[in-house]
Amino acid sequence: MTPIANMQLETAIHPEGLRRTVIEPITRVEGHGKITLLMDEQNHVKQARLHIVEFRGFEKFIQGRPYWEIPVLVQRLCGICPVSHHLAAAKAMDMLVGARTLTPTAEKLRRLLHYGQTLQSHALHFFHLASPDLLFGYDAEVATRNIIGVIQAHPGIAVQGVMLRKYGQEVIRVLSGKRVHGNFAIPGGVNKGFTKEDCNYLKKDLDQVIKWSQSAVEIARGLYTGNLEENASFGAFRSNFLSLAAPDGSFELYDGKLRATDADGGRIFDQVDYANYLRHIHEEVKSWSYMKFPFIVALGNDAGWYRVGPLARINNAERMPTPLAEEARKRFAAMGEGGPVHATMAYHWARMIEMLYAAEAIRELLDDPDIYGKDLLIQGERALEGVGVIEAPRGTLFHHYVVDENDAVVKANLIVATTNNNTAMNSAVREVAAHYLDGKELTEGLLNHIEVAIRAYDPCLSCATHALGKMPLEVELLDAQGRQVHRLIRNADGSCEEG
Amino acid sequence: MSSSFFLDGKAIPFKEGQTVLQAAMSAGHYIPHLCWRPELEPHSSCRLCTVIISGKPFSSCTQPAMEGQNVECDTPELKAMRRAVTQLLFVEGNHYCPSCEESGGCKLQATAYYLGMQDNHFPHQFPVRVRDSSHPLVNLDRDRCIRCETCVRASRELDGKNVFAIHGRGIRSKLAVNSPTGLLKDSGISPEDMAVKLCPTGALTVKRVGFEFPIGQRIFDQESIATLELREYANQEAVHG
Repeated sequence: MTPIANMQLETAIHPEGLRRTVIEPITRVEGHGKITLLMDEQNHVKQARLHIVEFRGFEKFIQGRPYWEIPVLVQRLCGICPVSHHLAAAKAMDMLVGARTLTPTAEKLRRLLHYGQTLQSHALHFFHLASPDLLFGYDAEVATRNIIGVIQAHPGIAVQGVMLRKYGQEVIRVLSGKRVHGNFAIPGGVNKGFTKEDCNYLKKDLDQVIKWSQSAVEIARGLYTGNLEENASFGAFRSNFLSLAAPDGSFELYDGKLRATDADGGRIFDQVDYANYLRHIHEEVKSWSYMKFPFIVALGNDAGWYRVGPLARINNAERMPTPLAEEARKRFAAMGEGGPVHATMAYHWARMIEMLYAAEAIRELLDDPDIYGKDLLIQGERALEGVGVIEAPRGTLFHHYVVDENDAVVKANLIVATTNNNTAMNSAVREVAAHYLDGKELTEGLLNHIEVAIRAYDPCLSCATHALGKMPLEVELLDAQGRQVHRLIRNADGSCEEG
Repeated sequence: MSSSFFLDGKAIPFKEGQTVLQAAMSAGHYIPHLCWRPELEPHSSCRLCTVIISGKPFSSCTQPAMEGQNVECDTPELKAMRRAVTQLLFVEGNHYCPSCEESGGCKLQATAYYLGMQDNHFPHQFPVRVRDSSHPLVNLDRDRCIRCETCVRASRELDGKNVFAIHGRGIRSKLAVNSPTGLLKDSGISPEDMAVKLCPTGALTVKRVGFEFPIGQRIFDQESIATLELREYANQEAVHG
């Protein structure tokens, strides 16, 4: 499918008279969304859209709150990756309190927390949410295509997934006091040190966790290469990729600079200070989704959309900092034959490589004497604006805050990983709809193909919808015969006009 | 021979001039309360310490202990009443415990746990209250104010400043700042003031130090509000008699 043909399925030219099919809610993803398909009498797909129908509004309601409250408040965006929001906000607050560089102990403990988060979130997604499709087939019996079915048919894999997630959750609990929604990072550092007892506790199961993670990479690789032809083309399209990268170009989850590459692997920009992200990333709003559509400014909104997350990070990384993950990355990169891997289904494989990296990185940190330091906080010259960017499990996460002289937040901008992947997920939906559903009688199994494509991105829909009053709307009043009586349009800038 | 009264059937000794609440606390019996502080004159506004004496409700923080009287305190009806009063305090304000820096150190929250409060029960009022962050060191978050007047009394009686007052009536009453502009920055408040330290919720806090105590090391992670209050009261009595 050509990119133009793909884009043409975003909006049907003549929607009147088309049959509407709705998949609602999308299952086995975090949050609430739906897919709508418009088809003609011959079942040809004329329009396919992923809609994010829930609304959270964090950007608005945190206004007026004191800055030190924000890292704890915004983690309530999500129950799966709260640590990502906690840390991204804390990094922004570090800038506000003038802590450009944290103490080694504080930074390493934050990294430990983040790697625990990456491990548990990736395990959750691959084993609990995605594996039923991958193990049983996309159109397998729906009654068994779920985690209970996995437990019954593949108990070893199910236990591995549960235990991996449990370990990541334990890392989070030890540091932040709770498995979900604890508190640890505060502006300028962390509020708690690390002990030998903590270390011994986390080391106890770590060798097994690394073995399980290695095995998970092999499971994901085997599932991908075992049906290479279909996996390479399923919901596949070429795109740009965005991620953080370390100064030496290696893989980075917690800090680093922004790197964007084109579909051939060429650099669009590299080593960009994320505090200047607004010079490079803008967001477009569309009338049919609460989720915005980010794009790279230099390429414009039509060509500048990009993908983030495991596939983008592994494609963008020149190397992994840990040996087992690097070995796994090389095997993965070989699939791209010198360029990036573009297959949507390769996300799962890349995700498991990252999980292995997280497990290895946890081991390195637990062997690092710096984690026992007592110097946890640093402060410097106050500022009124802060940006924090982190690689959340689902992709690059931007938190940007402006505060007033009384310490209250006056402006916030959150570009969440799932938002970054908005155009990509819609492209995948259109690709799958055109290839698998076009001209056919719809069945549950066929419709699940679309959900499979979305699940590959591990979207967190409830994280992603915060802009208030920015969405363009179009309201039509029709008479009993369907003729338009009145039309009112609200533009993205808030102005209204009669159509 | 010392005087005594009966609290739920148990003899409680008391000294001349003690209230029922003071005598009960001295004897190691916690009666829930939010507006009462041993350092301050009793106020009798939160009504949590209500007990039944001779079939009638009284605030135990203001009711003088009397020889031989029978005081009902831990009855199912009074427990339910205290829980309902606490629920009302929650719904009349805007209390967002998950993101509040006082969580784990908040007496309103600790009291709710002590009373077995499982939900808010009553519809939230979502009042519109103005936050005052104008002072460089002290934050006033009226969303969290339960109008117990602890700060009003502490500022007058202990700090000698008279920074706060309550204005308005009934459910519309709110905490006001006695300054030319009505803002905290133009008042004489300081972070060391007892008015700030004694606030039972997060309405008055010292700025820029939120979440300094990790989960597990916060006040009420260590002990219940009953244990804490009884221990503090015993310490105070040991010092002041």
